[in-house]
Amino acid sequence: MRHYLSLILYLAVCLLIVVTFQQNWLNPYIQIVMMFIGINVMLSSSLNLINGYMGEFSCGHAGFMAVGAYAASLLNMGLFTTTSVFGHSIFIGPRYAVFLFPVTLIIAGVAAALVGLLVAIPSFKTRGDYLAIITLAVNYIVKSSIENIQVIGGARGFMGMRQVVTAMTDMIDIPWLMIWILAFIGISIVALKRFVGSTYGKGVIAIRDDEIAAEIMSVNTQRVKLIAFMLSSGIAGIAGGLFAHVLGYINPGTFTIMKSTEIMVMVYLGGMGSLSGSVMSAILFTVMLEFLRPLQLFKWVLIPLLLIVLMLFRPEGLMGNRELTDVFPRLRRLFSSREY
Amino acid sequence: MDIQSFFQDVLNAFQWGSFYALIALGYTLVYGVLLLINFAHGDIFMVGAYIGFFVATFLLGTYAVHLPFHLPHLVIFVLTLVITMILTAGVGVTLERVAYRPLRRKGAGRLYIVITALMAGLILENGNLALLGASRKAFPTLIHDTVYTVAGVSFTNIRIVVILAALAVFLFLETIVRKTKIGMAMRAISFDRVAVPLMGIPIDTVIVFTFILGSSMAALAGVLFVSAYPVLEPYMGAMIGWKAFIAAVVGGIGDIRGAFIGGFLLGFIEIFVAAVFPSTFRDLISFGILLIFLSLKPTGIFGVARAQKI
Repeated sequence: MRHYLSLILYLAVCLLIVVTFQQNWLNPYIQIVMMFIGINVMLSSSLNLINGYMGEFSCGHAGFMAVGAYAASLLNMGLFTTTSVFGHSIFIGPRYAVFLFPVTLIIAGVAAALVGLLVAIPSFKTRGDYLAIITLAVNYIVKSSIENIQVIGGARGFMGMRQVVTAMTDMIDIPWLMIWILAFIGISIVALKRFVGSTYGKGVIAIRDDEIAAEIMSVNTQRVKLIAFMLSSGIAGIAGGLFAHVLGYINPGTFTIMKSTEIMVMVYLGGMGSLSGSVMSAILFTVMLEFLRPLQLFKWVLIPLLLIVLMLFRPEGLMGNRELTDVFPRLRRLFSSREY
Repeated sequence: MDIQSFFQDVLNAFQWGSFYALIALGYTLVYGVLLLINFAHGDIFMVGAYIGFFVATFLLGTYAVHLPFHLPHLVIFVLTLVITMILTAGVGVTLERVAYRPLRRKGAGRLYIVITALMAGLILENGNLALLGASRKAFPTLIHDTVYTVAGVSFTNIRIVVILAALAVFLFLETIVRKTKIGMAMRAISFDRVAVPLMGIPIDTVIVFTFILGSSMAALAGVLFVSAYPVLEPYMGAMIGWKAFIAAVVGGIGDIRGAFIGGFLLGFIEIFVAAVFPSTFRDLISFGILLIFLSLKPTGIFGVARAQKI
C-alpha cells in the first residue's frame, strides 16, 4: 500500500482537478492557466535533465517544442478533421480522435526526439559553450524551416486544433485536454525519475561531474548523451503538442529564444538537478506570471530582477540539488523511494 | 550572378560582417578574461544605439533643449561617437559591478552568472520598452549619404566608415591585448585565474577594463548601425547579439582574430544566401552551415582545445 501511495495521491489529485473542470467550478481563465502550468511542468522537468543533471547549457528547448507542436497538430488535423489543407480527413473520422490522440502525441514526441539528434550527435564532440551554440542554432533552424514551409502556414501560423478537441468532447463530454495533460505529466515525471535513478542516470550525473573520468570509468558517454537528449526533447515535443491544442493556434514566432529562456528560467529557479524543484518552480513561475499581469510591460522587468536577486542570494535555486524528500525527510518515510 | 553584383554583395557582406565583428569582439573579450558569456552584450549594443540617439538629438538641439550654438554635422557625429562610447562603457561597468561581481565574489558557478547575464539583458530590453514605449525612433542623419559608383559597384560613405571602423578596432584591440601591460594581464587571467592575483595583478581592475573595452565597442557598433539603418527599437539588439555570439564562437571564442573572422564569415554567409536563395532562407541556411561547421571543428577556427586534467 505504502508502495503505491504516491501514485494513489497523484491519481486523487488528478481526479479532483478533472471533476472541478467537469463541473466548471473554476472559470475558464483559471482552467487555461492550470493547463499551462501542466505544460510548463513537463517542459522544465525535461530541460532539467540536460541543463541540471547533465550540466550542459541547452538554450534551444523551444525548438523541440515547436517540432512536437507542429507534428501533433498536423497529424491530428490530417487524421480527424476536414480542412482546406488536407481535404477530407484521411481514412479516419473525428470519431477516433478520442482513442488516437495520445498516439499522435507520442508520434509528435518521437519526431521531436529525432530532431533532438541534431543536438545529440554534435554533443559527442562538443561541450559547454559550443554545444550551447548548437542548441541555439537548432532552435533557429527549426523556427526558420517552419517559416519556410508554406503548406503549414509558414510564418502566418497554423490553426484549427480546436476542432480536434471538440471532436473529442463530442464523443464523451469530459475535459479531455486536461486529462491528457495530467496523464502525460505523470508519465514524463515517472520516466524522468526512473531514468535519473537508473544506471543511465548515474552516467548522466557522472558526465556532469567529469566527462573524461566518466568515460574512463566505463560509462558509455555517447549512448548516455544520445538517450538523455532524445528523452528530453521527446518530452518537450509532447508538451509542445499539448500546448498547440490548448492554444488552438500556433505560429513559429511563439517558439523563439524567448520561450527557451522562459523554460531555462524555470529550471534554474527550481534548482539544477532537482525534479521536484522543477515541478514547483514551473507552478510558481506560471502563477507568478499571471499575478504580475496587471504590471503589463514592467512584468518583464520585474521577473528578471527577481531572478537576479535570487541568483545573488540563493544561486542554487529554490531546491538546489535536492529533492523534496531530502528537504523533508519525513516525506521519505511516507513515500518510500518512489515519490511522484 | 554577374561580376558586378558579386562585388556589390562582397561589399555588402563586409559592411554587414563589420557589425557582427564589432559586437563579437565584446563577447570574446569578456569571455577571454572571465570565461563568461555576457549574454547582455547584444542589449548593450541596443543601449549604445539609444544613448547615441539621445546624444545626437541633444547636440542637434532637437531634443529637450535648444543649444545656443550650432555644430557642423561631422563634429556632432564624432562627439556622439565619443560620448556614447563613454556612457555605454559606464553601463557595462555598472552591470559588472551590480550583477556579476557579487556573484564572482561568492564563487558561484559559471552557469549562474550566465543566467544573470541573460536576465540583465531582458531587463535592459524590457526596461527600455516600458520606459520609452514601443514606438520606433528614427536616428537623425548626421552623415549625408553620398553614393559613389566605381565600375558599377555603388557604395555609400557610411559603408566605408563602418568597414574602416571595424578594421581600426581590430588593430587597436590586437595591439592592446598583445603589446600592452594590461593586455598581458588579460591574457594571464584567462590562462590561470588563481595564480594571477598572487602575482600582484589587480584582477578587478583588469575585468573592469575589459568591460569598458567591450561595451564601448558595442556602442560604436550601435551608433554606426543606426547611422546606416536609422531605426531604433528595444529588441534590435537581441537578434544581432545572438548572431554575433555565434560569430564569436565560430571564430573560436576568447580569440580576437576569431571574433573578427567569425563576424565577417557570418556576414558573408548571410548576404550570399540572401543573394542566391529567397531571403527567408537566410537564417535556415546560415545556421545550418554553422551547425555543420561546429560539428566538424568543435572549437571554432582559432580556438584551441584545452587539455583537461582529471
